[in-house]
Parts: sequence; C-alpha cells; structure tokens
Amino acid sequence: MATKLRAQTKRRRSPTSERRSVQLLMIGIAVAFMAVVLVLPLYAVFHEAFSKGVWAFFAALGEKDAQAAIRLTLLVAAIAVPLNVVFGLAASWAIAKFEFKGKAFLITLIDLPFSVSPVISGLVYVLLFGAGSFLGPWLKGYGIEVLFALPGIVLATIFVTFPFVARELIPLMQDQGTGDEEAALSLGANGWQTFWRVTIPNIKWGLLYGVLLCNARAMGEFGAVAVVSGKIRGQTTTMPLQVEMLYNEYNASAAFALASLLALLALVTLVLKSALEWRFGEEIAAGDH
Amino acid sequence: MSAVVSTAPRRAWSFRQPSVIPGFGLTLGFTLTYFSLIILIPLIALAVRSAGLGPEGFWKAATDARVLGSLRVSFVTALMAAGVNVVFGTLIAWVLVRYRFPGRRIFDAIIDLPFALPTAVAGIALTAIYAPNGTVGVLFAPLGWRIAYTPAGIVIAMIFIGLPFVVRTIQPILEEVSHEVEEASATLGANRFQTITHVIFPSLMPAILTGFALAFARAVGEYGSIIFIAGNIPFVSEIAPLLIYIRLQEYNYVGATVIATVMLMISFALLFAINLIQAWSRRRYGYGN
Amino acid sequence: MEVRVQNVRKEFDRFQALHDVSLDIRSGELIALLGPSGSGKTTLLRLIAGLETPTAGKVFFGDTDASEKTVQERNIGFVFQHYALFRHMTILENISFGLKVRPRSSRPPAGEIRRRAMELLDLVQLSGLEKRYPNQLSGGQRQRVALARALAIEPAVLLLDEPFGALDAQVRRELRKWLREIHDRTGHTTVFVTHDQEEALELSDRLCVMSQGKIEQVGTPDSVYDHPTSPFVFGFIGESSELPVTVENNELWVGGRAIGIPAGDAQPGEARLFFRPHDIELVEADASLAGVVSTSRRVGGTRRVELEIGGGGHHVEVDLPFDHPAGEKTRLAFRPRRWKLFPAK
Repeated sequence: MATKLRAQTKRRRSPTSERRSVQLLMIGIAVAFMAVVLVLPLYAVFHEAFSKGVWAFFAALGEKDAQAAIRLTLLVAAIAVPLNVVFGLAASWAIAKFEFKGKAFLITLIDLPFSVSPVISGLVYVLLFGAGSFLGPWLKGYGIEVLFALPGIVLATIFVTFPFVARELIPLMQDQGTGDEEAALSLGANGWQTFWRVTIPNIKWGLLYGVLLCNARAMGEFGAVAVVSGKIRGQTTTMPLQVEMLYNEYNASAAFALASLLALLALVTLVLKSALEWRFGEEIAAGDH
Repeated sequence: MSAVVSTAPRRAWSFRQPSVIPGFGLTLGFTLTYFSLIILIPLIALAVRSAGLGPEGFWKAATDARVLGSLRVSFVTALMAAGVNVVFGTLIAWVLVRYRFPGRRIFDAIIDLPFALPTAVAGIALTAIYAPNGTVGVLFAPLGWRIAYTPAGIVIAMIFIGLPFVVRTIQPILEEVSHEVEEASATLGANRFQTITHVIFPSLMPAILTGFALAFARAVGEYGSIIFIAGNIPFVSEIAPLLIYIRLQEYNYVGATVIATVMLMISFALLFAINLIQAWSRRRYGYGN
Repeated sequence: MEVRVQNVRKEFDRFQALHDVSLDIRSGELIALLGPSGSGKTTLLRLIAGLETPTAGKVFFGDTDASEKTVQERNIGFVFQHYALFRHMTILENISFGLKVRPRSSRPPAGEIRRRAMELLDLVQLSGLEKRYPNQLSGGQRQRVALARALAIEPAVLLLDEPFGALDAQVRRELRKWLREIHDRTGHTTVFVTHDQEEALELSDRLCVMSQGKIEQVGTPDSVYDHPTSPFVFGFIGESSELPVTVENNELWVGGRAIGIPAGDAQPGEARLFFRPHDIELVEADASLAGVVSTSRRVGGTRRVELEIGGGGHHVEVDLPFDHPAGEKTRLAFRPRRWKLFPAK
C-alpha cells in the first residue's frame, strides 16, 4: 500500500519540474528576499514621510525651496528627455535602417554612459567648464554660466540618460526591418511622410517605454548632478539634492516627504512600464535592459 | 525630426549606400555629433587632464594610500554584493520564470524598482531601515552588529541597486531554455538535480556571468544610494566615487581626475569582458539567433 | 522489447487528447504513428516515454508495468523534433551524457563511456566531429547526434517524435533511408511519429493511423494502403477521390446511371465510393463513370484531370498519361480498377 502511494505521487510529478515542497521553499526564499530588499525600502519612504503627520508632510512640500527644487527638476527633465528622444530616433534610424561599417561599435558606444559612474559623468563637465579649463572662463566672458547653473545640470542629466531611448528603439527597429518603409516609399510617400506615418506608429509604444525610463532617471539623478550643481539652495538644487540637504540638516521627515514624491514617480513609472509590457509586449521588442 | 528625414539630399547617400531609404547622412551625422559633444569630448577632456600628469605623477596620485583604500572598499564591497546578487538573482529569476504563485506579476514588476527609484531616495530609505533604531537594524543591534555606517551597509545598498541587472539578464535566457532539452535529459536517465546542474545551469552560465559583471560594474560606480548608509570613514567605508566628490569639493581636480581615470579604465575593461562573454556564447552556443 | 499500451486515456484540462487507446508494439519492429496534427500521436508517444502521465490505463514494457515508473527509470531513447541537443556540450559530451549521469554503481568507467560514444558517432557517420558543438552542425547532422545520444543508453525502446520534421526535403529522404539501415543493424523496437504518410509508408514495418485521439487502423503499409478500413484512412494514406453513390440491385448508381461496379455486400441506399486517382482505366462502355473535364494539368509524368460527374456538381480527380489529349470540356468515361465503398455520413 505504501509503495503504491509513493509510486502514484511520483507519477503525478512532471519530469521537468520540482517537487511542490521544493517549489514552495524556493518561492518563499525569493519572495522574502524581494520583500526585504525591494519592498521594505519603498515602504520606509512613505512611512517616514508621514511620521510627523499629514500636515507636516504637506508643509514640507509647500516649502519655498522644495517648490523651487520641484520646478527645477521638471525643467531639467523637460529639456533633457526631448533631446535624448531626438537623438534616440536619429541613432536608431541610422543604425536599424542602414548597413555600414562600425555599426556594432557604435551600438556599444551608445551604451557607454551606463558604465560610467555618475560622479564621473559630473566630473567630466567640471573639468570641461570649471576653473582652469579653457571653455569655462571664455563662456563666462559672454555671461554664460555652465557650471553651478542650469546648463551644467542639464548636460550632466543628458549624459547619464543618454542611452535610454536609443537602446530601446534600436533592437525594436532592427527587428522590424526596412520592409514597411520601402513599401511606403514605393507607394510614393516621401521620407518625411514615411517617417511620421509608417515608422512612428510602428515604434510608438517602444518609444514611450524608452521615454518613461529616461524620464525616471532624469528626474532622479543624484551623483552627476550633485557634482555640477554647486547646491545653491533654491536655485540649483534638484529634488534629489534637496532631499540630501534636508536629510543632512537632520530634517528627516521633510527629506522623506520630498523623497516620497520621487518614490511615487518611480511607482508610476513601474506601473506604466509594466502595463506597456503586458499590453504591448510584442511591440516594445525583445531587448529591454 | 522633420529636418532629419525630409531634407536628406538624395545624391549624398545614393552612391554610398545601396538603400532606397533616405536620411542616412543626416541621422548618422546627428548621432555622431551629439555623441561627440555630450559623451566623447568630455571623456577626452578627462583623459587629457590625466595624461597631463605624466606617468609618474599619475602613478603617484593613483597609489595614494587613501585612494587605494577607497578603491579597495569599492571593489571588495561590490564583489560581495554582486556575489549575493548572483545567488539570489538566479533564484528569483528561476522562481519568476518557472513557478506560478499569487503576486508573481507584481514581484516581477517590482524587480525594476532600483532602476526607477532615485538613488538618493533609496539611500535615505535604506539608512532608515538599517540604522541601529531602524526596522531591520533593531534586530541586529542586540547582537552588537551594526549594518548602517559600516561596510555592511555599503554591501546592502549595492545589493539593492544591482539586483535587477542579474534578474533581468538571466530571465530571458531561462525562458529560452527549451522544455525539450530538459525532457531529453530526463529520458537519458538524469534525475532532476542532475538536469539542473548539468544541463540548465551551464546554459545559463554566460547570462549569470554577464549579470554578475553588470551588477558589479554598477555597484563600483554607485554613489547616491551608498553615501547615506556608508558612514564614509576613510580606509574603512569611504568608496571611490565619494573620494572623487571630496577631492572636487577641495578643488583638487588632479586628485579627482586620477581616481576617475582608474575607475573608468576598470569599467571599460569590464564592459569589454561582458562583450567578450556574449560574443563567445553567441558563437559557441548560438544564443540569440 | 515488446510494448503494450492498454486502454489509455489522456485529458489535458478539459481537452480529451486520447480516447481509450490500445496498441501492441512487437519486439524489434519499426512502427509509425501517423496522423494529422491534433490526432494524439505525439501524446501517445510521450505517454510511452513517461513524459506524460495517462489519465487512465497502463503501459507495459514486456511484462512489467511501466506506468509505475518515472521517465528516468523507463530506459527509453527519445529523439525530439528539434533535436534538443545540449548546446553547451560537445558532440561527444552530448552522446556520453546518459552514461555519465548514471549512479556510480551502474556507470561504466570513463574510458568505456568514451569508447562507446565514439562507436556510436561512427554508427551515425559523424566520426571526426566529436569536438564540435551542436551549433556548428547542420540540421541533419544534429538529428543524427540526437539519435546516437538516445542509442547510447541502450534503450529498451527507441521513440522518435517527428524526427525529420524540421529538415528540408532532400535531407529528410536521406535520413529516412539511413534510419531504416540503423534499425536493421541494431534491431531496437522503434516507434516514430510522423504526419508524412510517404515517410510512414516507406520506413515502417507497421503503421498505426490515428485521428482525433483514436487509432483508426493498424497494419503493414501495404495492407493499410490497399485495404483502408475507414474513409479517413483512405483519404489520409495516399491520394483519393470520393463520390456519393447509390446502392441498388447490387450495383452502384450515379445520377440514375449504373456505373458498372458491383455493390458486393453493401446495404441498399446512399454510400460513398472511394478510389485512387491513378488506379483507374478509361473505358468505352456505357456502364462507367463519365464526366466533363473541368481542369487538366500535367504533373511530372502524369496528367491530373478534374472531372465533373453528372449534374450534381461532384468533382473527382483521375490520373492519365501526360500526353493524353484531354482538354477542358472533353468528355471522359472511366472505371476504377480498385475501389472501396463506405456507408454515407
């Protein structure tokens, strides 16, 4: 009887899966790890943000400097993201629609900023525009401040978010090939019409996906911006920098209040990103990340 | 975008490129110009500054005790974090791909949180959790273990930011491992454990290595999420990117440049290694085609 | 090894893949499971292998009840349509795998494993490629490696799931011949799944024709081809033409005309007449099938003609010599040399 029972349970298990108890153990470990490593910090942000009550939360957000930081962050993203979108479209068009020498190398180069520490991404602009450089004082002669001002922050942000749109679009457009464009051209459309009416509709979800990731990074960038901003309160502090300043001033609840806005942005990004993946999995292509 | 496509001169590309699609010259031109201005020239500026020191000066600055100390802290902690991430990242990828359980999709989405959550926010949140009076820190305090403000805190932050790199690199490869190969192994008499160790893991190895390298590279360069939790004691918990930042605050551009150059060389070597792993595995095993 | 499948049912969720199937496979024979997609042939093969568990029924290997055994314990050789080779292992490592994963007590020594693997490599005519990786071989070579790998464990039964399905036509024909040779040399009891009737006819000792989760007919290729027991088998094996007829006075009638074919023991009433397009003769007699050519085209060495029979709009195909002058609207009379009568639907 006992052997019979054992035999039956053995039979029921598919030869390509693990015992249910093993599965449950592994699921348990994975979920516990994700809960501690990923969910707990997220929870902590909101918990700390409201630790002094709702009123303190909104008071912190209503602060003059906090408001200025929010405005600056939105402004920086509004400049950096569109520029990287234009770049992403141009690069993926050149790379996906044509064959030329050195293409693989160019694709690697586009990913380069990902392997550069954010602090270094800021540092290179300090070296280029700072005191002791050639460009900095020369531009200053014309009244243009790059470092410790908006242009520097924008440049550093563009540097760190540089690959996001392009790396999303390149595999997608390579996957789609040139058939649709050739068909449109053969039907008498010009390049402009082909681009807007054929290419853009084909890649619109992938483009949105890239914009989403690019924007999240642009608004949240800390290291690169910290180096070039000079952290002038109310003028060159973006939201992440303002969070740091408040935190270092032992005003943790205000820091977390502002941080919770950024965390909310991250959550919205994740929700939209997942929605795009579930809804348009095919159309946003294979190679994200 | 209009200019990019519609004004492309037909003659310019027609004899260079056997393609009917317009816009090659303009899109590639824009891509290269933009890349040069944002990425290449600033990086060259860094290299020129370093080269200006001469080999001896460079060596002297690079082997400064505090610099070496910070590099050691960065690399040792990054190695540990990447190691932890490889183990748990592989487990999580396995569980997410192979098993069905309630909340699977939500956990799958939340894996990307470290990509979306600004590093400064992650930094203060992790500090709040692992500080001696924080949710997790309080569990370890009675044992006399401190996590925040020690190298252990650095490892925790690096685990947080590196996890998605490992999971997202392994996931698609694991999905690609065909069911048939596992069945083949079973028909040949291999038990489940042998199938996993002899058949599945070896085919995941390139992805695991790539994920390790990506997580490691990211951890070495990371700044924002670490500085809050690290304690930043020279020779103990001061990471290399922070030392760059400190040197900049001291207007010691030379010191900053040297550390940055060393780190960049290592990052590029890693990037090169990742490309080699992938090219090798593509050639030998034919992944990705 | 003799294999007996006894009253096996298989359900996936709510879909019934196999309805009460029984099949005796003789020791040493090469039997084909033939049917269209969805007929349950692959499910049956996987049940024999132990890759699926039957909802009801049993599978015997010899006298032992294999349904109590896991796939690992059954000692079968399975060849997959898409090879399923281990891509991170060399060809030699692939072939030795089944021996290497054996428990220490029954594992041959390393030298012996290598010797046997090299021998098999020679058997599948791939000597010299042992250090290559699967990715560096052609489809046909990969499938031969897969077969060698399956043979290495000295399987009780060899099971092949559409082994040539992923290959192009010419390689397929070569491998077919070659598989037959290997079988004749090694004598393994072999079951292979195919949807290609030509392949099944050419390769197998016996055919098992399946449709919609049931076995339609089992027999030698010749007997199945010459004496199909159901309209499905007649239509699925070889070319066929079908015509509704009436049985009356021990004769067959079409459109009120006797066609010169005796009804045998068929019941009077409606019936369906089946014949092979190439198995006909042109006749002058009145009592024949007559029709008007609607299309006529040359196919290689013959002329394939579609005839409209009577006024009912029924079309049948017949084969004529390619130089036959039949053109559109030509009137032709013919009689099948061999035919089969089935009851009306």
